[in-house]
Amino acid sequence: MSLPGAVASPPEPRARKLDQPRLRVLPLSCVLCGAQYDPAPSAVCEQCLGPLEPVYSRAAPPTRDLISQREHSLWRYREFLPLAGPPELSRDSGMTPLLESPALAQKLGVARLWLKNDAVSHPSLSFKDRVVAVAINAAHALGLDTVGCASTGNLANAVAAQAVRAGLPAWIFIPHDLEPAKIIATAVYGPHLVRIRGTYDDVNRLCVQAADRFGWGIVNVNLRGYYGEGSKTVAFEIAEQLGWRLPTAVVAPMAGGSLVTKLRKGFTEFLDAGLVAGRVPRLFGAQADGCAPIVHLVHDNSDVIQPVIPNTIARSLAIGSPADGLFAARTMRETGGWAAAVSDQQIVAGIRLLAETSGVFTETAGGVTVAAALDLAESGRLRADDEVVLCITGNGLKTVEAVGDTIRDLPTIAPRLRELAELVEQPALT
Amino acid sequence: MPVTLSLPTILARLTDGRATVEANGTTVGEVVTQVADRYPQLAPRLKDENGGPYPFVGFYLNDQDTRFLGGFDARVNEGDEITVVIAVAGG
Repeated sequence: MSLPGAVASPPEPRARKLDQPRLRVLPLSCVLCGAQYDPAPSAVCEQCLGPLEPVYSRAAPPTRDLISQREHSLWRYREFLPLAGPPELSRDSGMTPLLESPALAQKLGVARLWLKNDAVSHPSLSFKDRVVAVAINAAHALGLDTVGCASTGNLANAVAAQAVRAGLPAWIFIPHDLEPAKIIATAVYGPHLVRIRGTYDDVNRLCVQAADRFGWGIVNVNLRGYYGEGSKTVAFEIAEQLGWRLPTAVVAPMAGGSLVTKLRKGFTEFLDAGLVAGRVPRLFGAQADGCAPIVHLVHDNSDVIQPVIPNTIARSLAIGSPADGLFAARTMRETGGWAAAVSDQQIVAGIRLLAETSGVFTETAGGVTVAAALDLAESGRLRADDEVVLCITGNGLKTVEAVGDTIRDLPTIAPRLRELAELVEQPALT
Repeated sequence: MPVTLSLPTILARLTDGRATVEANGTTVGEVVTQVADRYPQLAPRLKDENGGPYPFVGFYLNDQDTRFLGGFDARVNEGDEITVVIAVAGG
């Protein structure tokens, strides 16, 4: 055991196939006790078991002009990411559209509303592309020859897609009963894909043990300190795409709770760097009624997570024991935000509302976000003068089962103009 | 009754490198307390100052999260395995 402040030795790197990288990852420090560590595939403090985060040493922050001239990817914010040197893998993720939706703003009764549309993220159609882009470069820099993850679906897609491009074998663990599209959209890349009989929390626990046993780079376990930093790029892009200013409120879905905390960190870093002015937006978190341990923390003003057995169609948010839950709840309270949980019925309605008002097809997690935003607006937590951003984190094609009813009453006719005319001229359609 | 307690590598450093230790007790809490008494450096990473589970580890009894079994009050039987897992967030 190292003394506080001592530098820990990283595990022995496994033999690697790729060329030796030019990039390095940053050192780590404990969020709770401040102990310092050399760069390593480790996310836990040896002293107190608290989470580790990268330590940045920024001389001068980049200017708006410099950032604007860089590549159209999340690496345009490289000074705020935990790598030193040029990224060598997954260079094309990030910079998804920020779409204004006046119709949805009107529905919520807020001044303006935008969608941060990671439903079209490259390469795997969810915001997990961001965190994996950072983690896979960290794995490369640390000399790891195998990557992996515990996933509720989207992360599995992202790791499988980005690992195959990097030439790294991947071990991916998922609950056995995930939506078929998410399983297929992982298996197609040819990783070692293992279905676990249990909930996501069972899968995550097994992955923590696997990282300990096999020395793999499990992106959301022992690479988590680096991985999580990729989520900050959502905040950076929102600020830049709004014209270097901040919204007043952001609504994001919560599974492990990390995204909400990293949004705050990202906005704060841009404020500290002088790239934007004002204050951190009020941050709001959304969960499904069937798995809402973080919402309960906020509503009960509690500091003790009560784990739950998830029971919701929002499988990508079905984490019953979110270890970042306390940090997420604190973030919402301290920024003046709040949390909301919605029913499965509201989730489906949220998916349809987003599609019908904004032309964006999101998965169930996005339905949670939209439905929660409606709830927050109705309860007065989102106000008439608010400029709101909703984080749409995944694509609707991954969870089509949720809205299967939309095709139940579709008309079917013969290829005859007369039948089409009868259909078009029906009183209800004219 | 003897029960096995399995530790992750980061905590096995506090038990002279032993990843598994045996202890006796009728509940998870009794087993953990016996192990904590035997390895004083490990104790604060298993139990908090109030005697409850340390918040940054999870305890699993035969692969089931003990928080759904009564926590430290969960009953154990001879041959059971308690696994200590670092509470790293997934998602």
